[in-house]
Amino acid sequence: MNIGDMILPHVKSVPPSGIRKYFDMINEMKDAISLGIGEPDFVTPWNIREAGIYSLEQGHTHYSANAGFIELREEISRYMKRKHGLEYKPREEIVVTVGGSEAIDAALRALAGPGDEVIIPEPSFVAYKGCASFCGATPVVIDLKAENQFRLTPEQLENALTPKTKVVIIPFPNNPTGAIMPGEDMARIAEILKDRDVIVLSDELYSELTYEGRHMSIASYPGMKEKTIVINGFSKAYAMTGWRIGYACGHRDLISVMTKIHQYAIMCSPTTAQHAAIEALRNSDHDVESMKREYNRRRRAMVDGFRRMGLDCFEPLGAFYVFPCIKSTGLTSDEFCEKLLAEEKVLVVPGNAFGECGEGFVRATYANSIENIFEAIKRIERFVNNCRK
Amino acid sequence: MEEILEILEKNNKLTEEQIAVMLGKSVQEVKEAIKKYEDEKVIVGYSTLINWDKTNKEKVITLIEVKVTPQRGEGFDKVAERIYRYPEVKACYLMSGGFDLTVIIEGKTMKEVALFVAEKLAPLESVLSTATHFVLKKYKDEGITFEDKEKDDREAVVL
Ligand SMILES: Cc1ncc(COP(=O)(O)O)c(C=O)c1O
Repeated sequence: MNIGDMILPHVKSVPPSGIRKYFDMINEMKDAISLGIGEPDFVTPWNIREAGIYSLEQGHTHYSANAGFIELREEISRYMKRKHGLEYKPREEIVVTVGGSEAIDAALRALAGPGDEVIIPEPSFVAYKGCASFCGATPVVIDLKAENQFRLTPEQLENALTPKTKVVIIPFPNNPTGAIMPGEDMARIAEILKDRDVIVLSDELYSELTYEGRHMSIASYPGMKEKTIVINGFSKAYAMTGWRIGYACGHRDLISVMTKIHQYAIMCSPTTAQHAAIEALRNSDHDVESMKREYNRRRRAMVDGFRRMGLDCFEPLGAFYVFPCIKSTGLTSDEFCEKLLAEEKVLVVPGNAFGECGEGFVRATYANSIENIFEAIKRIERFVNNCRK
Repeated sequence: MEEILEILEKNNKLTEEQIAVMLGKSVQEVKEAIKKYEDEKVIVGYSTLINWDKTNKEKVITLIEVKVTPQRGEGFDKVAERIYRYPEVKACYLMSGGFDLTVIIEGKTMKEVALFVAEKLAPLESVLSTATHFVLKKYKDEGITFEDKEKDDREAVVL
């Protein structure tokens, strides 16, 4: 038997993440600075960790309800109301998942199958395309453009929509570009989608990390709440990546089917993480604020650094990524990253790891100490100057 | 510009140029703001936090609870001043509650500190009583943990 033949073609054909090779390279190095990491450098605030520890001390080591502890869903419901003015019923319209990742997967499994098209603006988090492909659905990519500040334009969306479109993914604030969709831009997108028979999957993991204006959920526009699944979580805002906890909010029929998938595939989210998440929503607004202020300072430092070395860099107003254009160096994204790592021991990630249209760009994370950021900028500048010689 | 204070309180090694970049202000604006804070004694000084336990230098740190009688017309300030002017006094706070002043003394030996209390502090007219506590170990000071076990343990590449 050839094991490879046993694997489904539509699963086999999904490429693995293209950046593993850098991982092997950087692990051999001393004094390397990684700006290649998609997670906060902060450790989870102590009160949240303490709540997790306390729950263990109390012996809370059992399963929870499949959809998550009702106390947690109630807190999520209050949070959605206070942040976005959106009302979700804790018992019917919210499911707690293993990170936003599982919510993305469960939503696509519930909605997208062979013959269905899933619209994915790129560059984007790689899971959307992967999960859509695993379901046998057809990803339809929209290439976001630097000249539009990597925002989704109404024309691009209109051109991508077909009668087969089943799901539209709205990935803002965006990983890897750091783009956001300000209110008026989002309103135009909502206007197009509100009368269409499509479901919107709005990945709002970075909603708290919006540095100008306020994050606007597409669900908050007229006619959109019914057809939108809002996905959020604790990984980015509360620096809780390793706890593996997130959630989805939406129409009861969608949430109940996602809960069914979650029930059969996962049972329930880790209960220690659920206890910690309750504490996060109740008592950690000021931690979120203070991490955000810190990120914002690093963001400015990094954008300024790339611009000073003469790389085009649009101003990212969300998440913790900067996405400079490196075409002026004459290198491809891959070459740039490989050489930069070899010569200056700084790791950034090639933009095309997030979709073909990311070619010519690199993603640099500012979830790192300001000292490391200034040092990395210095090294990258030296490297870029050498390239131009 | 109060964010400057937040930045400097954590790390005063950053240059004015770096701070300007972090705040999206001009270097001139940052210079002027810092100067103003210094003139107004909002920024009172710049110091470095040192874990002396890791050096060969002997140091004894003592926290003394002091009860005093406030002076007519001058309240506690005058008494406090007579105490905090001694260079041995590292810190001096007016307190609410069971006693009036917290005085933190640094000396080379316990004996030296004990002598200071007996000969300088206790005899002051307005000092009613003192309770001396020796510090055995500092875990955290000025918001900084001395033996921080939390290393950056993130995997080098994550999407
Ligand atoms: C845009 C985006 N969505 C979702 C996730 C997944 O986050 P979680 O840790 O909640 O699964 C990530 C993580 O990098 C992300 O960047």
